[in-house]
Amino acid sequence: MSELRKISRREFLRRTGQAGGGLVLALTFGTGCSPKETAIAPVATASVSPNVYVNIRNDGIVEIVCHRSEMGQGIRTSLLQVIADELEADWDRIEIVQAVGHEKYGDQNTDGSTSIRNHFDLLRNAGATARDMMIAAAATNWNVAADECVAREHAVHHEASGQSADYGELVDTASELPQPEAAAFKAREDYRYIGKPMDTVDGLAFTTGGAMYGIDTVLPDMLYASIERCPAVGGTVTSYDDTAAKAVSGVVDVLKMPEPTSPPLFNIKGGVAVLGSNTWSAAEGRKALAIEWNLGANGTHDSASYKDALIASVSEPGTGVLSRGERDVETANQHEAIYYTPYLAQAPMEPPAATARVNEDGSCEVWACTQDPQNARNTVAQTLGIDKEQVTINVTLLGGGFGRKSKPDFIAEAAWLARETGRPVKVTWSREDDIRHGYFHSVAAQYYRAGTDAEGNAQSWLQRTAFPSIGSTFAPNVTGPGSFEIDLGVLDAPWNVPNMHMETCEAEAHLRIGWLRSVCNVFHAFGASSFVDELAHAANSDPKDYLLELIGPDRHINPADDGAEYGNYGNDLAIHPVDTGRLRAVTEKAADMAGWGRELPDGHGLGIASHRSFSAYVAVVAEVSVNEQGKMNVDKLWCVIDAGTVINPDRVHAQLEGAGIFGMSLALHGELTTADGGVVEGNFDSYPMVRINEAPTEIHTHIMQSDAPPGGVGEPGVPPVAPAITNALFAASGQRVRELPLRNAGLT
Amino acid sequence: MAIEFELNGENVSLDVDPTMPLLWAIRDIAGLTGTKFGCGKALCGACTIHLNGNPLRACVTPVSVAQGAAITTIEGLTEDGSHPVQKAWRDLNVAQCGYCQSGQIMSAVALLNRVPKPTDADIDQAMSGNICRCGTYKRIRKAIHQAAGEES
Repeated sequence: MSELRKISRREFLRRTGQAGGGLVLALTFGTGCSPKETAIAPVATASVSPNVYVNIRNDGIVEIVCHRSEMGQGIRTSLLQVIADELEADWDRIEIVQAVGHEKYGDQNTDGSTSIRNHFDLLRNAGATARDMMIAAAATNWNVAADECVAREHAVHHEASGQSADYGELVDTASELPQPEAAAFKAREDYRYIGKPMDTVDGLAFTTGGAMYGIDTVLPDMLYASIERCPAVGGTVTSYDDTAAKAVSGVVDVLKMPEPTSPPLFNIKGGVAVLGSNTWSAAEGRKALAIEWNLGANGTHDSASYKDALIASVSEPGTGVLSRGERDVETANQHEAIYYTPYLAQAPMEPPAATARVNEDGSCEVWACTQDPQNARNTVAQTLGIDKEQVTINVTLLGGGFGRKSKPDFIAEAAWLARETGRPVKVTWSREDDIRHGYFHSVAAQYYRAGTDAEGNAQSWLQRTAFPSIGSTFAPNVTGPGSFEIDLGVLDAPWNVPNMHMETCEAEAHLRIGWLRSVCNVFHAFGASSFVDELAHAANSDPKDYLLELIGPDRHINPADDGAEYGNYGNDLAIHPVDTGRLRAVTEKAADMAGWGRELPDGHGLGIASHRSFSAYVAVVAEVSVNEQGKMNVDKLWCVIDAGTVINPDRVHAQLEGAGIFGMSLALHGELTTADGGVVEGNFDSYPMVRINEAPTEIHTHIMQSDAPPGGVGEPGVPPVAPAITNALFAASGQRVRELPLRNAGLT
Repeated sequence: MAIEFELNGENVSLDVDPTMPLLWAIRDIAGLTGTKFGCGKALCGACTIHLNGNPLRACVTPVSVAQGAAITTIEGLTEDGSHPVQKAWRDLNVAQCGYCQSGQIMSAVALLNRVPKPTDADIDQAMSGNICRCGTYKRIRKAIHQAAGEES
């Protein structure tokens, strides 16, 4: 497949306009979802790059570089909207170029709901400086003052003389001008694309089979690899017999992979690789392997006994991380509860897959579905013992990510095998590989205790959390939550309680712990929002009113006031405050939309939860019903987000809709268990996802209008979903579920 | 022994192990990557194709089953993405990551061929074999109704 070669700049220009676009993922598209394939090859012979994100060609096409990974959040569309808006570029004369992993682009780690939240100004500046460069070029050509010229519709205009010049005509002059560093941003009311529901730029590719994901890469003379890995983390190969595997038709080679490291980092997890002439032969050969494992220190990890240990851990005082007022307050009533949530796998529909080629000069080129191409580049360089300048990471589309594809272990596997075999290698993980050998969302236990006065109002709040830390993946002897993890829904608790104490408790790690969409917010929101609901019912209060009362008056919370070191998702609290007014507003809006307080049929219930994460505020109301057989159905969801300034409202609605389903999957079905150190579940039969027949008949979403700086969008929708459902279940049936998933309680 | 069948309107002859799943024959041997791998066990529907017009999970179907049959993949549904289902999918921006959507579309087309005006219950039944981890079900339902010429 010729388009998978690294193509030269000249060749790129020659090929631009051809259907498909190739691995540079150049794509021409028209307005809306009918991408336009340029009928004739463009005639560009020169171009100018005002910055690394923009290249304007003298055929009038503006190339915009997407340096963030597309995994369904729509960044290839919304990033274009921001740059094109400031650039005054026409939507149908833009081509998108997917960036390779390189530090010149700045932060490419597509994680933490940061693409817009942390890059809005950078992207605006990229467009605005390019626009000003076009204006300066026109002013130079016409010998007029730049401030007499305006950029509009892909051209610069001089109203006084009636002159105008298309951007393409200004390339030569602009090439002689200095690169501008800063420019004024447009006024909000002048936006053409920002804030508009633009259609997905990849729409045609998505609906015709033309979209290229990591698993779709094909290189000439390529081998296909399937790897059997040790069930337990850190386990090693004692011996193996590949006689039968090598006899399988199409099997070319069998190789023992490098041993895993401790801590695991993003390194290869060990195992034995079978290489074949196609995916099937490699997988069949792998089945024929006979391997003796040394399971190692984690080989006895058993999730059932580990659960008991976690609950015991939070049942005793831990390490204080936030302290407000008195710790032990005498009140009329004391309430306590323990919540438990299991390990989860991200399970993107495209499993991890990567293709690598090692060239004769030792350099390595990779095509992969990675959320973090710079990290992938460093990992490949370390794995091969070469300089990162010798590593090129081409970023494909991602068939879902959810955090899994931030970890480039699968990319290191492909690079190592390519070097060992001397041929290009594609590594494709099976679904079982993905479910059993990932970087998992932590299992967690939480303890809550509240003291309430005679009216049921909370006077004290004590919360303990224990879970194996993501930090254990990167450092030895990590035995409890890290500060970056208790930022996620513990230290920023919005409760207006005079006495509040937060503690962390110990938990050793026995699997590779990673991050999954919304990370620790998932279980912290479940625990806290469930407990608030319990307090409300104990006080005979309406749960929504009680929640709003506990959120209290509109104010900005600074956890430092209570002695906590709070990271605020890397953002300045002055710009992204913890604003209880915004949390209250989304809560009230969701309740209003759901018709909170209305009469419901027997067996139906409404539940509510709200949560701030990634500098955005989300409230969810769920309506559930329980039938005569005791089975629960999630009938409807109402989801409200305040994410500040929004770039593409259609994609924000889509993220909320998807977060509703993602949250339902983990609430209803999601659980990984372990035995003898390995994950027991393996595919969608044992690790089920919500399907269309379980999806609510209605999901209503709403975006709060806001001029605030952009918050996150991809993740904040998830955390309130599970507690909204379990709170609704209690309202419907009186059954309080403190452990997920609900299927373990026989409800699904 | 070569397996001969019609793939998107063209006769192909694939010299492969007859037990190889059709999915890998299509992807690795015939070189059409629009049909996706998701589970390998007919649990997720990402690999859905049509065999003589009927939806089929290619990941568990031996390529020998295709002998003499007409196979249609997402690439062969139309030349230009103009099928009403494809158009409705784009009109409503159904896809998020897009990965499962080849299979979703092939299942939806098969449904509409069988039931031109499906109810929500028809849709739930016909589409429940197709998992979307991004959670696009709301728009899938709406797009199928739209493709059927109905307002939803």
